[in-house]
Amino acid sequence: MSDEKRKPTPEEKAAAAAEARAKAEALRKLREQEAQVSQEASPVEASQEPQEKASAPEAKPVSEMTPEEKAAAKKAAAAEAIAKAKAAKEAKEAAEAEAPVAEQQSEAVATSAKPVSEMTPEEKAAAKKAAAAEALAKAKAAKEAKEAAENGANSASDADAKAKAAAAAKAKAAAAAAAKAKAAREAGGDESGDDDAKAKAAAAAKAKAAAAAAAKAKAAQATGDETPAEEAPKAPSKNQPYLDKYVSRISEAFGQEVIEASYINELSKEVPTLTIQNERWHQVAQFLRDDEQLSFEYLSDLHGVDYEDRLEVYYHFYSYKNRQSLAVKVKTSREESKVASVMDLWHGANWNERETFDLLGIHFPGHKDLRRILLPDDWVGYPLRKDYVQYDEEV
Amino acid sequence: MNHNILTTHVDTSSETGLRTEEMLLNVGPQHPSTHGVFRLVVKIDGETIKEAIPVMGYLHRGTEKLAENLTYTQIIPYTDRMDYVSAMTNNYVLCHAVETMMGLEIPERAQFLRLIAMELNRVASHLVWWGTYLLDIGAMGPFLYAFRDRETILDLFNELCGARMTFNYMRVGGVKWDAPPGWIDKAKEFVQYMKKELNNYHQLVTGNEIFINRLRGIGKFDTKTALDYSLSGVMLRSTGVKWDLRKDEPYCIYDRFEFDVPTATEGDCMARYHLRMAEIEQSLRILEQALEQFPSEGEVMGKVPRVIRPPAGEAYVRIESPRGEIGCYIASQGKDKPWRLKFRRPSFTNLQILPKLLQGENLANMVAILGSIDIVLGEVDC
Repeated sequence: MSDEKRKPTPEEKAAAAAEARAKAEALRKLREQEAQVSQEASPVEASQEPQEKASAPEAKPVSEMTPEEKAAAKKAAAAEAIAKAKAAKEAKEAAEAEAPVAEQQSEAVATSAKPVSEMTPEEKAAAKKAAAAEALAKAKAAKEAKEAAENGANSASDADAKAKAAAAAKAKAAAAAAAKAKAAREAGGDESGDDDAKAKAAAAAKAKAAAAAAAKAKAAQATGDETPAEEAPKAPSKNQPYLDKYVSRISEAFGQEVIEASYINELSKEVPTLTIQNERWHQVAQFLRDDEQLSFEYLSDLHGVDYEDRLEVYYHFYSYKNRQSLAVKVKTSREESKVASVMDLWHGANWNERETFDLLGIHFPGHKDLRRILLPDDWVGYPLRKDYVQYDEEV
Repeated sequence: MNHNILTTHVDTSSETGLRTEEMLLNVGPQHPSTHGVFRLVVKIDGETIKEAIPVMGYLHRGTEKLAENLTYTQIIPYTDRMDYVSAMTNNYVLCHAVETMMGLEIPERAQFLRLIAMELNRVASHLVWWGTYLLDIGAMGPFLYAFRDRETILDLFNELCGARMTFNYMRVGGVKWDAPPGWIDKAKEFVQYMKKELNNYHQLVTGNEIFINRLRGIGKFDTKTALDYSLSGVMLRSTGVKWDLRKDEPYCIYDRFEFDVPTATEGDCMARYHLRMAEIEQSLRILEQALEQFPSEGEVMGKVPRVIRPPAGEAYVRIESPRGEIGCYIASQGKDKPWRLKFRRPSFTNLQILPKLLQGENLANMVAILGSIDIVLGEVDC
């Protein structure tokens, strides 16, 4: 075991940790910038960019950039263009699948893109370059639209779709945005317009940044229209009364603000799910266990999840008395991750909290013996974090 | 807890004038009674255990990290290697989690095959436990009987999916292979054989006086402690909680069959022994019914999208493995690979109570207590 191995001195460790952190930071920045880059595109970029990002950890104003950095920025922009084209393709697929996904995609495209007014000259230049990539994507979209149209029932709609696809491909930003919003609506509501919707969605997804932003707004509107229509016929979950009970009990005791969110998780066998305010978590946990009507005396599972912008600890409780399940989530920041330990309430949390600390680096103040459990004590970093870079002293 | 395990206490003021000294004993990682690579540092005073500190992670392969870069179908073989004594339930829990998220319908025949495979595996798993547990506490013979009969089950699995232990049998939406011709009859034959054989097991071991004295009243805890320590499976049922996920949160098609959930109130090693033996009996009962009702034809794979992409969101499901409650948590972002995959492993959770049970216990009982928890290290370390 590691005990017998030569242990690195504290200085070495600190240096190594700092290095790992720097790498991780660079990686995180990279990720943030290209949040929308698809899986196929990312390895290419990842291999190009780490050094560049590491050398310029803070985003420099363009005037300060060296020629090399500018070149790098252009390169990055070009890669982004490819990514956008890819995203567009995904958006089309998503539109085929179902409306909600399509909306997500369009939102994502919108968030990743900058308004034109904010672009630096370099970025604009890069955008021009990107146009080349986009042209390729457009051609593909036109072809896809044609194929989609060919599947259509009559020749009238066929010609219509072709014309629309061609028009859409050439369309300026605003027009494309409108088409997109419409596509989003149609994909959800009207199946007969499916082929049209596909063509439009494909074209629209390639729209310029500003257009995408507009589309987002419209898509959001569309969602707003759709949601009530979708949910109205659906019967409330059989667990809804339980959720209401938990919410009312907890808010009575601690006030409404301790519950950040409460919902029935449809994907997880309709388990009532609460998100509890981090600062008050320990009090609420005690209440969950001790309250007569709740009495969640059994902690089934405890683990953490890294969502890149935050960390979350997930608890699954069970009450043998009431025969009821409850899922609880507590959020914490990635930089100073702290979630109160519940080891004093459920002893079963002991090793699970240690495991979460070991693999995700979430600290549990109040835990009596918080140290690594699966990995050696001198391990550097937290492997289940998304920006984890392996540090190996042997290499 | 004491961080520096290397400090021991020397008592020089003993009444007898004898100089007694605490001693550190390192059990494992390579020790047969740990059933894998598990290390236990025990601080002993004479033969009394003062403190026991489990050290684990020797078999940690980072399954959860690896899974983030694998498609759901690719993860299934990794689950085989967690609890390798009962891989079918591991296969199932992952598939079940994905199917729950996607709302998939599983064909009837596939459901039966899954259930039969899981129950056969439960019998096999308990047989391994029975054999090795008795080996731990000094009886060589039973091990040979147990492994002989377990081999029959492994042969059945071999015919079913081409592997004896790492099955990789289930898929999201069904199972990979249909039962070969005559397989069901062979399984029926085995069930009848095993029912009779179980009596021999009892005759061989259960009434043995030495055996009873080694187990009765050892490693005792009550319901409150069991719940506090998140224990599940036999560990929980031995304290009187009638709780079996097959019965209480039915999954697969368990709600169609008649079976009992054996419980005991003593909460000691003997109770756990009896429960596992009774569970073999109940599993055979389920198998008997399932094999009888097995549909003569039908699909073994449901309609599943070519690329498995659970909708964005998260799900946690739990089922009853031979060791207790095995859970699977998936956080999905709508991609073909999980954003985060987490297994709630019963061996890991149940093992937590070990230091508490060992404190103040005679060293000779250590193996009996550890064995009665029934851990598999592949699952503890994941």
